[in-house]
Amino acid sequence: MSAGSGSRNTNTEPWGSFDDNLIQGGGSAVIDMENMDDTSGSSFEDMGEMHQRMKEEEEVAAEAAATEDDNTDDGEFLGMKGIKGQLGRQVADEVWQAGKRQASRAFNLYANIDILRPYFDVEPVQVRSRLIESMIPVRMINFPQKIAGELYGPLMLVFTLVAILLHGMKTSGTVIREGTLMGTAIGTCFGYWLGVSSFIYFLAYLVNAQITMLQTLSLLGYGLFGHCVVLLVTYNIHFHFLFYVLWLLLGGLSTLRMVAALLSRTVGHTPRLLLCGTLSLLHMLFLLYLHFAYHKIVEGLLDSLEGPNMAPMQRVARDVPELTLNATLRIQGVQLLLDSFST
Amino acid sequence: MAAADEASRPFAGLSDVSISEDIPVEGDISVPMGSSRRDDEFSTLDEPVKETILRDLRAVGNKFIHVLYPKRSSALLRDWDLWGPLLLCVTLALLLQGGSADSDDQGGPQFAEVFVIIWFGSIIITLNSKLLGGTISFFQSLCVLGYCIMPLTVAMAVCRIVLVGGSGPVSFGVRLVVVTASFGWSTFASTAFLADSQPANRKALVVYPVFLFYFVIGWMVLTFSPAQ
Repeated sequence: MSAGSGSRNTNTEPWGSFDDNLIQGGGSAVIDMENMDDTSGSSFEDMGEMHQRMKEEEEVAAEAAATEDDNTDDGEFLGMKGIKGQLGRQVADEVWQAGKRQASRAFNLYANIDILRPYFDVEPVQVRSRLIESMIPVRMINFPQKIAGELYGPLMLVFTLVAILLHGMKTSGTVIREGTLMGTAIGTCFGYWLGVSSFIYFLAYLVNAQITMLQTLSLLGYGLFGHCVVLLVTYNIHFHFLFYVLWLLLGGLSTLRMVAALLSRTVGHTPRLLLCGTLSLLHMLFLLYLHFAYHKIVEGLLDSLEGPNMAPMQRVARDVPELTLNATLRIQGVQLLLDSFST
Repeated sequence: MAAADEASRPFAGLSDVSISEDIPVEGDISVPMGSSRRDDEFSTLDEPVKETILRDLRAVGNKFIHVLYPKRSSALLRDWDLWGPLLLCVTLALLLQGGSADSDDQGGPQFAEVFVIIWFGSIIITLNSKLLGGTISFFQSLCVLGYCIMPLTVAMAVCRIVLVGGSGPVSFGVRLVVVTASFGWSTFASTAFLADSQPANRKALVVYPVFLFYFVIGWMVLTFSPAQ
């Protein structure tokens, strides 16, 4: 019959032609729409399905055959160890492959650092010019200013700030609580950078400013350059008046730069006031906090060294104006002063 | 024989599907069992423990020598291992312990703190160099950064010895010189290994975090003051 011969002839195709139970009835030229899957776009997908099904059937058959053989040929040749060892190895291999596949899939999904790669695509010259520009406010606020969207500079500045804080804590001569100081420094700097950036982005989202999260991270990160310079100078030269001048000058310049960039991207008086006021407040207060929080450690050390009966003299010692170049000299000077008072 | 049958049975179905019956298929398909691999495993499994340990120690010592005389060689990169960095990290953390004056429980956080700083610092530097387009692999970079802590560990030992003699300005000066020299040596050694894996114009971008990392460790070493 034509149907029978048709079905036999279709097997000569190299890709394994249609089976009877799949789409076509044997030898018929009409495609029966009832059997056609609606979602299949082309017949190749069906071929893929068929191959997959066949492979699965083979694997199941192979496992069944292997277990069958295991049961029957258990004690026959090579001893029990031979067959079981081989089966065990195969099973272990399968488990290892499956685990490796899953782990690599999860790794590629979550630990794909390539999503950050475009933000690190910078040249040293660009980084240097952006560092200098972060201290120069741009007066054009009618047109959105360009904000670089990179993360290398801000990240390095945050780490530099951490190193400067550590340097400041160490030159104040104390090792009272090393562990928590280190953790505090890292937590403070990263917390400020990430937290305030997110907060500013949230406010910008509320007032409909044209700025992205990456740009706020970048803007605030580069704004820390002024902080780094001020702290580097004032942790070595303990002169309060100098600190206030630098705070206003350098801190003010970097704040103005950030404020101008934000102003150019916000519309309306109240939103501008809200956004820029918040940013300048947080930025300037952070510098103030960094200076005074770690300055007090010196005074705390004096407290603990001299004890309660020295309290009035301690006040005298603190008021003595001194321009010191490093803390060891300062502490020795204070010691001499206290000795002269006690004798 | 039976093994070959079992091995070829998974493939028996395939020959029906993909190849037409008119074309005869000859030969036998057998899965290679990897017996050569088994021989290698047994060869190192049977050796005495002393030999294994000595082999690893010799590899570690060889890398220490490469750090002492840093020249552009790929020996440190080719067969990386993390034994050396672990050893150095533990030694440095132990030497930095017992430092602060006040209470006994300061020893615990300091050890963990040094560990965390060294390993997380190394991981961050490695990620940074990979993001900047470096060709070095993750563990190779960890290996190099860990081995280059060796000059700072030596400086720490020297500082401790100097501090036994007293902690005046002279000892501070000596310690400052020693720590600065070893910090420079560490940075130079690690850049000698890491810089080759970066594109030429971005070397400064990779060197800077390494500089910061060894600077922080150097500060911990320099400002160490023993318990009173």
